[in-house]
Amino acid sequence: MFDSVLVANRGEIARRIIRTVRGMGLRAIAVHSEADADLPFVREADDAVLLGPAHPAQSYLDVDKVLQAARTTGARAVHPGYGFLAENAAFARAVIDAGLVWIGPDPKAIEQMGDKINARNLMEAAGVPVAAGTREPVSDLAQAERAAEEIGYPVMVKAAGGGGGIGMGVARDGESLAKAFEQATRAAARFGGEPAILLERYIERARHVEVQILGLADGTVVALGERDCSVQRRHQKVVEESPSPGVTPELRERMLAAAVRAGQAVGYRGAGTVECLVDADAQDFVFLEMNTRLQVEHPVTELVTGLDLVEHQIRIAAGEVYSVEPRVTGHAIEFRVYAEDPRRFLPGPGKIGVWEEPVGEGVRVDSGYAAGNTVTPFYDPLMAKLCVVGATREEALRRGREAVAAFRVEGPKHNLPFCAELLDHPDFVSGDYDTGLVSRMRSA
Amino acid sequence: MAEVRAEMVANVWKIVVSEGDAVEEGDTLVILESMKMEIPVIAEDAGTVTKLHIKEGDVVQEGDLIAAIE
Repeated sequence: MFDSVLVANRGEIARRIIRTVRGMGLRAIAVHSEADADLPFVREADDAVLLGPAHPAQSYLDVDKVLQAARTTGARAVHPGYGFLAENAAFARAVIDAGLVWIGPDPKAIEQMGDKINARNLMEAAGVPVAAGTREPVSDLAQAERAAEEIGYPVMVKAAGGGGGIGMGVARDGESLAKAFEQATRAAARFGGEPAILLERYIERARHVEVQILGLADGTVVALGERDCSVQRRHQKVVEESPSPGVTPELRERMLAAAVRAGQAVGYRGAGTVECLVDADAQDFVFLEMNTRLQVEHPVTELVTGLDLVEHQIRIAAGEVYSVEPRVTGHAIEFRVYAEDPRRFLPGPGKIGVWEEPVGEGVRVDSGYAAGNTVTPFYDPLMAKLCVVGATREEALRRGREAVAAFRVEGPKHNLPFCAELLDHPDFVSGDYDTGLVSRMRSA
Repeated sequence: MAEVRAEMVANVWKIVVSEGDAVEEGDTLVILESMKMEIPVIAEDAGTVTKLHIKEGDVVQEGDLIAAIE
């Protein structure tokens, strides 16, 4: 086992990784921008290196600066967290070439899954169901129109190299297709992705359900249950739970088996997530994409399996050979506490005056901030993840209500009132909801 | 005269109009960026853009003046 890990990330995920790294007796090294110098993850690391100005391109996305920080601190391994450089195969290779251990899958697996069109084709070949869609990149509107006619409206339009819901749009006819195509192209260009566009059949009233996989050092791939991430705004997740209330044991078995095949198809090592869309009425599913990294919502899986996924990432990266027999018990829910207004979900950064996290049985908070910190406009709005676990879904909901009510944040705008509203919404309470829930709540 | 102000702390990503331009209600004047999200700033009334108080790359605070429309 290496003796030190550089965490190439910020906020709550850097802090969460640092906690496990230090818990394993390893040295944790943080890197940070000027804007983040006062955040808890910098304070809690054994070593911290200033990368540069707030703008991600000059700090967290600057490969040379991150590698330089690893050299000067004597780091032996690099954990990328999620976002930033986590799914950048060139960065993974640069880390390996620098003689460091990359805590993630083989760069080739990142590449294969990073291109959504390639991933779709690969999954189809591995026997994983995919939605009707384009098998080749679509590069102009006329091509997109032909593809949409063939697939049948409504279609989902997305950038093949994109992620995090950015640039994704639903088209219901030729007119909205032009708009969605333009939006996806612009997002692809802006976020530095490939200008290739992908069209897929859009499933109405679908649930977004993903399977957590773990590729072990001996080559076996295990599935650690699923997470339902159907509570979304702007195609981005707000609340996740495990198990999914919309998946029967029979469907779960098929999804987990498909996710294992997906992982095996790319020789996957470490923690990864196979995202699917589930048609709850038909109890059927299709592959959406695979995220080759730790997922934001990994705590819900940790709470129902009792596993520390970061610890497993580290042990697998270190080449430790062992087996895992996953057992899922209880029910866990995660609420993403975003710095945004709870009505329109528009960003509301600001200085934190009051920050009081709830405590109690079955409550876990992964936060990136403390009182006195400033939530700046430079990064994503995630301030904390409030997670609850109970023996049953009812118990988890009850603990969720109490914990949301007890969480006090003053300064930035925040969506805790939305979380409280959701916890009283009959569709969420019953478990019978889909990805359209939040927009229905807001259009009513 | 209508003053257009920033609703949140943000970076000025793109300025869509120029001083002297005639705008309709609902036209996009400026696109702000905050927390990885693009936020268009919209004209609430028709008129002429008499003054732009910001330039691309600026950081605006909540309540900062962005433009004046007459």
